[in-house]
Amino acid sequence: MSLLRIRNLSVAFSTASGAFQAVDAVDFDVDPGEILAIVGESGSGKSVSMLALMGLLPWTATVTADEITFDGKDLLRIDKNARRRIVGNDLAMIFQEPMSALNPCFTVGWQVKESLRYHLGLDRAAQHRRAIELFEQVGIPDPEKRLTAFPHQMSGGMNQRVMIAMAISCKPKLLIADEPTTALDVTIQAQILDLLADLRNETGMGLVLITHDMGVVAETAERVSVQYAGQKIEEQPVGPLFNKPHHPYTAALLDALPERAIERLLPTIPGVVPGQFDRPTGCLFSPRCKFADATCKTTPPATAGTDLGNVRCHYPLNTGEGIAS
Amino acid sequence: MLNYVLIRLLTFVPTFVGVTLISFGFIRLLPGDPIIVMAGERGLTDERYAELEAQFGFDRPIFVQFWEYLTGVLQGDLGNSFVTKRPVWDEFFALFPATLELSICAMFFAVVLGLPAGVIAAVNRGKFYDRALMSTALIGYSMPIFWWALLLIIVFSGNLQWTPVSGRIDLIYYFPDPTGFMLIDSLRSGQSGAFTSAVRHLVLPTIVLGTIPLAVIARQTRSAMLEVLGEDYIRTARAKGLTSGRINGVHALRNALIPVITVIGLSVGTLLAGAILTETIFSWPGIGKWMVDSIFRRDYPVVQGGLLLIAVAVMIVNLTVDMLYGVINPKIRKR
Repeated sequence: MSLLRIRNLSVAFSTASGAFQAVDAVDFDVDPGEILAIVGESGSGKSVSMLALMGLLPWTATVTADEITFDGKDLLRIDKNARRRIVGNDLAMIFQEPMSALNPCFTVGWQVKESLRYHLGLDRAAQHRRAIELFEQVGIPDPEKRLTAFPHQMSGGMNQRVMIAMAISCKPKLLIADEPTTALDVTIQAQILDLLADLRNETGMGLVLITHDMGVVAETAERVSVQYAGQKIEEQPVGPLFNKPHHPYTAALLDALPERAIERLLPTIPGVVPGQFDRPTGCLFSPRCKFADATCKTTPPATAGTDLGNVRCHYPLNTGEGIAS
Repeated sequence: MLNYVLIRLLTFVPTFVGVTLISFGFIRLLPGDPIIVMAGERGLTDERYAELEAQFGFDRPIFVQFWEYLTGVLQGDLGNSFVTKRPVWDEFFALFPATLELSICAMFFAVVLGLPAGVIAAVNRGKFYDRALMSTALIGYSMPIFWWALLLIIVFSGNLQWTPVSGRIDLIYYFPDPTGFMLIDSLRSGQSGAFTSAVRHLVLPTIVLGTIPLAVIARQTRSAMLEVLGEDYIRTARAKGLTSGRINGVHALRNALIPVITVIGLSVGTLLAGAILTETIFSWPGIGKWMVDSIFRRDYPVVQGGLLLIAVAVMIVNLTVDMLYGVINPKIRKR
């Protein structure tokens, strides 16, 4: 049985100019100990769908779903208090900007211990021991001293480690990492990704990695879900996705990787993700797709079967022999 | 930190000189002559007038008078009251505890109600509680103190007879007052009913004096909270699964306190100004009433000395507030 199972999740934001569909009927499955990457451009709804799972969206958001089951519990049916006992405990999340995600008024030690006290009810001495243990686990040198530091006294990478320590403090079954390395420089990025992968190996927790960086995906993920304009357009294990992408968007994303470039100029995808007012009637990617024809522009494509990675396209790529991407 | 305090103390010097200059100048700009006022309806002869003028030093040039006053102040001599002949210093410290007690109670009242009101309004932004609390705060802020005081006296002292109209305590109680704080002294005296009486006397002046700071604190807390609630670390706190009470009351409020502490500090000045009206209305024997009486009597040394000491009190409060910033927000401490 999968650890997390989401069916037909939609999130709409009510804005001054009407409703905006940020997430449109997406499905997710995460098995225990699995690393799932959700990729897509900015505005593709990858963060929003996970924030919806955590219950962290502002009140302007309307979340609907047929099913959200986590660890055998139906998150759609349970009340706020029961949800609070799961969130931050079995289900944890880290964010993009470690510098602003930690409270500037409290020491990092206090912030880590708060979770331990709140969810596990540890006494002071046990909190202290566990906090030091956690800091060692996430590779923070001199943990005893660092516990009394404030976030502004530490680097971005160290703060992200604190965030991770906080998130894994209650031994979560699933950790959602929302672009955990975007705000960090490249060497630190690799360290943090290694840390997350190591923690997964040690603890057997599931990991959802939200990113727009295909390089990060290739290095870390096991399965990849590609989102575009709020829809999931393709999902495959990482190897097949990189070798045989079925959706033209995935193919275009991969072509835009510098390592894969064959010409002098890096290929790009023209245009931007459609917003609230320029949502196409047919396939959402059709205005930017080099394969699009009249059907694509008028009829939204259905979702193909699992053998084609649930691709949402009228003309999937790499379906059989001899078709080049 | 010590350097910072010393630098701040240095900035007291120009303020100090400015206040002495203004208080010295303005009271003399007022029409009326202290010697005539002292003589009362009997009047006095020209010779006697000249004699008194020489005695108080009014016959000398104004700059010489100011210089003498300033040197006196720097030596800790604020002069003697024209009316009571007692040193201004002694009179001030005999009356200041009454004002301090009232101000502390008013500030306590304002903070204890204002902070939660602001937090509740911010959390329920745009909803009923927000609108209700903020419009009440606006009314409180715009309320003229003297009118509000009279209204409360008419309702609670007049119609309902719940509270006394004036004074600090019922006349039947008498006990030594080593601290000058009626609440403490009445408790120490051990006389039954004395403390209750002191509290009942304190209620209305506290409400009247605390109303404007209360409104200001509530509105400032709301806007500071709204800003903080949009921050990333609040999302982190929610992702930790904390209760909304803990998120708003600990994670958000601590960050929102900086601007709130600022207005609390600034309110102290307003409070002392408001104390003058409030004390006059409730016959509260504090420095506010003392100052007003002295102005009417053209009691120059008292007005000058009183203003100076009030200014020093406000400066000390503001220095304390500035140092509190660092305690609340460690990021400021670093600088």
